[in-house]
Amino acid sequence: MLSILRNLDRRLIFLMMLLAVAVPILLQSRFPEKPSGLAQAVFDEIEALQPGDRVLLAFDFDPASEGELGPMATSLTYHCAQKELRLYFMALWPVGPQMISNVIQDVIRRDFPHMVYGEDYVDLGFKSGGEGVIKVILTDLRQLYTTDARGTPLNRIPMLEDVTDIRQMDLIVSLSAGTPGTKEWVQYAVTPYPHDLRIVAGCTGIQAPLLYPYIPQQLPGLLGAIKGAAEYEELVMQAYAGEDPPARYAEARRRMGPQLVAHVLMILLIIAGNVVYFTEQKRGRR
Amino acid sequence: MKRTIPFLIASVAGFVLIIAYFVPFAEGWGESVSIWFDVLAAIAFILGGGNLLKNHLQKVSARKPGWAYSAITVAAFALTLFAGLAKLGATPNPQYPASSAWSGAYRETGTVFWWIYEYAFVPLTATIFALLAFYVASAAFRAFRARNTEAALLLGTAFIILLGRTFAGVYLTSWLPDSLYGLRIENLSVDIMRVFVTAGNRAIMIGIALGTAAVSLKILLGVDRSYLGSGDE
Repeated sequence: MLSILRNLDRRLIFLMMLLAVAVPILLQSRFPEKPSGLAQAVFDEIEALQPGDRVLLAFDFDPASEGELGPMATSLTYHCAQKELRLYFMALWPVGPQMISNVIQDVIRRDFPHMVYGEDYVDLGFKSGGEGVIKVILTDLRQLYTTDARGTPLNRIPMLEDVTDIRQMDLIVSLSAGTPGTKEWVQYAVTPYPHDLRIVAGCTGIQAPLLYPYIPQQLPGLLGAIKGAAEYEELVMQAYAGEDPPARYAEARRRMGPQLVAHVLMILLIIAGNVVYFTEQKRGRR
Repeated sequence: MKRTIPFLIASVAGFVLIIAYFVPFAEGWGESVSIWFDVLAAIAFILGGGNLLKNHLQKVSARKPGWAYSAITVAAFALTLFAGLAKLGATPNPQYPASSAWSGAYRETGTVFWWIYEYAFVPLTATIFALLAFYVASAAFRAFRARNTEAALLLGTAFIILLGRTFAGVYLTSWLPDSLYGLRIENLSVDIMRVFVTAGNRAIMIGIALGTAAVSLKILLGVDRSYLGSGDE
């Protein structure tokens, strides 16, 4: 047994990982989710808003992190649309606009066809400059944005007529996979204007530890990785869609199945590796 | 001169931003500098594209090892750039029906740019990211050893976090009575993140901030000019 473990082929580990991810997907395994305090805080921040309030949704991620952040984007947009909030989409990442298009297509056009572009939601698109963009639009939106992503001048978009800067937003929702992202929104937008702006965020697993120092004063709520997405999805769907929502609103919870089996496999591999290590150490001492 | 003018621009911009942060009267100056920064960031895309072409074309022409990858990079870059700029496959904007595809959106469904994004960029980037799972599993088996007390602590923490981020954590310790609620794995994982990770990260952040302030001051005062290059080229 020990010699099998010692000589365990790398390709066999790859195969085990493939099965660990594939089998729960094929079996459509679902596990119950217990929302954490941080997911509840994100939910409560949006729940506290009134119909017509302004929400800025910054989609600072790309397809590489879509696996974690895509389901969050879907649930957050769905929740905001259910609350009849006015949605202002923007991106500081070059492929962010495609992420925005996905949720507009999958959530707003499909389930909220009564929402009118320019009156209920607007896509401001991508702007280069990272934190520089945040610093400028904090005091004057039109210095950088003369048109929306479709090329329509801002003064011809009804929901932007009386918006001069983003301090007029009632909430910022930042979905980020790196820099620029949530950290920059917290440092450059919320920290200088703590009484004007509030922010909640969703981020990749690797980014979450870097954002914990800002909780709860500067960042009241945070969805970390697919686990955070699943917890928030559970909260939103329980509140608005009932027990059997469409598959696209159960995506995060569906992805928790492969995560469970993959994590258990990782633990078993670590234990197996240590068994080999300590047995060899023991033999060496003899 | 080649180094003095860039140094003066960096120094003036930096000091203006510092003054603008502390002096309300100078807030507008800071905004102007921020706008210059955004304009430069947009122009940097062109510079970046030029740099990419220069480096990879040099590799191709010199037939350096791996030149074929460079050729693919240049071809992919040129194709995507052309598809986006020419708005290939875009339908005219309904507001301007008589005009050409140029009035349409380059990334609307059905355009060549959309096709490249949807069927090449998305699967490729997602695949590269997904490969991490396989390599992490292999590395976990081969390298994650409890060689000493620190490594054993790290290992124990990893187990709690790995289990706490799934339903396994809830399932394994749900039998614990309410008086030991904090010892349930899902709560332990939250506490590790909230207390130990936060404390460690705050210490690192404060250290980085002090280091950044010191380096920034050296750059603004011209003590450190290494960012300007050697000036020999």
